[in-house]
Amino acid sequence: MSIEAKSIHRETFVINLGPQHPATHGVLRIKLTMDGEYIDDAEPIIGYGHRMQEKMGENRTYAKFLPNTARMDYVAALFNSQGYVGAVERLAGITVPERAEYIRVITAELNRVASHLLWAGAFLIDLGGFTPLLYTFDDREQILDLLESVTGARLTFCYYRFGGVCNDIDDEFVAGTRQFISRLRSRMPMYHALITKNIIFRKRCEGIGPITADVCRRYGGTGPVLRGAGVAYDVRKAEPYSVYPQFDFNVPVYPEGDCMARYRVRMDEIVESLRIIEQALDKLPAGPVMAEKVPRFLKPPKGECTFTVESARGSFGVRAISDGTDKAYRMKLRSPCFSNLSLFQECSRGMLLADALALLGSLDLVIPDIDR
Amino acid sequence: MWNYFKLIATGSWSLAVGMWIVLRHAFKRPVTVQYPYESVRLPARYRGHIELKREAAGGQPKCVACLACQRACPSGCIALDGVKPEGAPRKVLTLYTLNFTTCSLCGLCVESCAFDALQFSKDYNLASVRKEDYQMDLLTPGEKHS
Amino acid sequence: MMTLLHNDFVLEMIRLVLYAVGLIAFAAFNAAYLSLLERKIPSWFQLRYGPKEVGWWGLLQPVADGIKLLTKQLLVQRGADVVLFKLAPAMVVIPAIMCLATIPFSETLVPRNINLGLLVIFSFSAIHVIGTMLGGWASYNKYASIAAARVVAQNIAYEIPLLLILVSLVMITHSFNLHTIVDQQAGGFWRWNVLRLSASPLMPVAFIIYFICMLAESNRAPFDMVEAESELIAGAFTEYSGMGFGLFFIAEYANIVVGCALGTILFLGGWHCPFGLLPGLHWFLIKMYFLCFTVIWVRWSFPRTQFYGLLNLSWKVLIPIALANLMITAIMLKLF
Repeated sequence: MSIEAKSIHRETFVINLGPQHPATHGVLRIKLTMDGEYIDDAEPIIGYGHRMQEKMGENRTYAKFLPNTARMDYVAALFNSQGYVGAVERLAGITVPERAEYIRVITAELNRVASHLLWAGAFLIDLGGFTPLLYTFDDREQILDLLESVTGARLTFCYYRFGGVCNDIDDEFVAGTRQFISRLRSRMPMYHALITKNIIFRKRCEGIGPITADVCRRYGGTGPVLRGAGVAYDVRKAEPYSVYPQFDFNVPVYPEGDCMARYRVRMDEIVESLRIIEQALDKLPAGPVMAEKVPRFLKPPKGECTFTVESARGSFGVRAISDGTDKAYRMKLRSPCFSNLSLFQECSRGMLLADALALLGSLDLVIPDIDR
Repeated sequence: MWNYFKLIATGSWSLAVGMWIVLRHAFKRPVTVQYPYESVRLPARYRGHIELKREAAGGQPKCVACLACQRACPSGCIALDGVKPEGAPRKVLTLYTLNFTTCSLCGLCVESCAFDALQFSKDYNLASVRKEDYQMDLLTPGEKHS
Repeated sequence: MMTLLHNDFVLEMIRLVLYAVGLIAFAAFNAAYLSLLERKIPSWFQLRYGPKEVGWWGLLQPVADGIKLLTKQLLVQRGADVVLFKLAPAMVVIPAIMCLATIPFSETLVPRNINLGLLVIFSFSAIHVIGTMLGGWASYNKYASIAAARVVAQNIAYEIPLLLILVSLVMITHSFNLHTIVDQQAGGFWRWNVLRLSASPLMPVAFIIYFICMLAESNRAPFDMVEAESELIAGAFTEYSGMGFGLFFIAEYANIVVGCALGTILFLGGWHCPFGLLPGLHWFLIKMYFLCFTVIWVRWSFPRTQFYGLLNLSWKVLIPIALANLMITAIMLKLF
């Protein structure tokens, strides 16, 4: 829908979307050059929440950086911890007990469900529908209650440790999780009737904001954005980590590449995550949750490694280089939101403002994850 | 033409279903907690700020001032000191302050403690307009260090 | 003194003043308490309590809101057109109250029974569009300017199906007088215009189209392009503060009340009981507030439409159906 009227005198104007704007969910600023209601150019300006997390990872000991990982993507904090902990374990050669890996999978998948539920509600707010947010929050609160009972926190979990997890899960948690799974499963048809089938929602999502696999490849878009563009890439399948190979789950893929495809991918992922959690609870082995002989002050041998996990928003990668001391020489954090935002400029060109906001919402951005 | 009418029909039906679902929720009980009047039950593992565990007899802090928590703290918000009196088996705490303005509630201090001397507080109503209120003196709880 | 009261002119004057005060009070009361309902009803939908601190059941909340708005400073943006900026809220609120003047609330309670009452309402309700547009335009704000452009396109698009429906309705009733239109629907719900299938089998559809157009005309969700808070902050009202914003607020609810009252009169039998018993003001209010509830219900159920989706709906769906309704009505009238 671009305007091809070069002969007419065109006058563009600049609109600031953010840093404080209802649609950006945080301190993201997008400089929109508008031609009427059409977007000529959308330049994301980031860094309002920059905290130099990578540098912090390089000038404090490995253990002291642990709480920071929960403060990047705070909606799905466990994935960041999982990536960081996994990288350091690989670097230091620590093997994690199987029970701990299972607990990690259960909690991380619960976190993925919570994150997708929050996204679905927030996306509807971007589209102007308020009520579904409260329903998804109701479900998300159940997950946060479960995770709080294990980790002690509702958002910044800080639960994984090098070599395991800090608390074991109890029967109450297992029973509560099973109860939650059946509850959410029974509520999914309600969500589909209320949101997915709604004609206004469909009109606002189908064919809006197409992102091709090629664009994802060039900008590094991952996660539901990539799977919504028809590429079945999921780190859990492509380079399996933890105990994921032991579970039977599908990677939902939709080839359309529009907002609806991304929405459907996330809704299907909720169902798949529930399946993974259920299998993990069934197979949960007994044993310790912490590896023995993890040194208190970790000094990994010289070397470097990369560890990537499938976060709720895409692949979250940690590249750690150790020089043999108790602090990392280099800590590179590859956040999915940064790459997913960077394709917004190209994809939003020529779109209407309202549609561009639907596209922005469908990317599922967490601003502190972009800025780090 | 057929598709046009079909879209109108399915679209209107989907809107009617949506309104029905929303209306049905109106007859359910609210799930929100009216905070100042009622509050949720905190789980046993709730991570508040830290407080000192005390001996059952005498009420002395169990802490032996080994400084492990101070070293483990990523934010450097714990300050403590202890002296060893003549003839005593261990150090006695003389100072333990927590700078809550920089504390990130990660709980690494509690984990680092080998003497089971630290625990999480269940206190979460910590709003204040004065920065000094968050310089917590854990040795004399209840009094604000200034 | 007594002779003065017997003077018809003086009596008429007193009557007019009373009605004017009454209508303004009615509009303000509705704005206040519909805004409370606008918070209470979604709170039931959304499994929460809603306002409950100010007064019992939050009943004093509108008073608190009003006091808050009154204490706010009236800011005028540098570069704004001061005259238009200050005139716009009045231009929005006055026509809405004027519309109420021709509404027959019951058999006897009619501020002004005009023969062309329907036409008067539609003339006045067209003015508030200009008010909103000028308000947005004069604000010297880009968000407000975009909203101002939207509101014009939206209202033009939705006046057409609305008027087409009304033309077919007037063809059936042979009258522009609202009182007469209601009188024709006496004697049970099967005689209401919404079920007058002998005149046109599309009458229920016509009522739904009227309702949709009424939502769009009063800029209510899912057609709230003018406010569109997730896109345009507060749209045309972004720069307004204090009671300037409050007047827009009152106008929004006054427009809803006018739209719902008109829907009640035209389609739902006005003050007549559905079963032919005890006609009166209470039936009118019940039907009107049920429609108001539906307006709020719709708002909290759906996402916002796109701007072009809204125009498509009008030009591709509502206008063809309204035209078809007009044709069918004409043919039926000619045949039977």
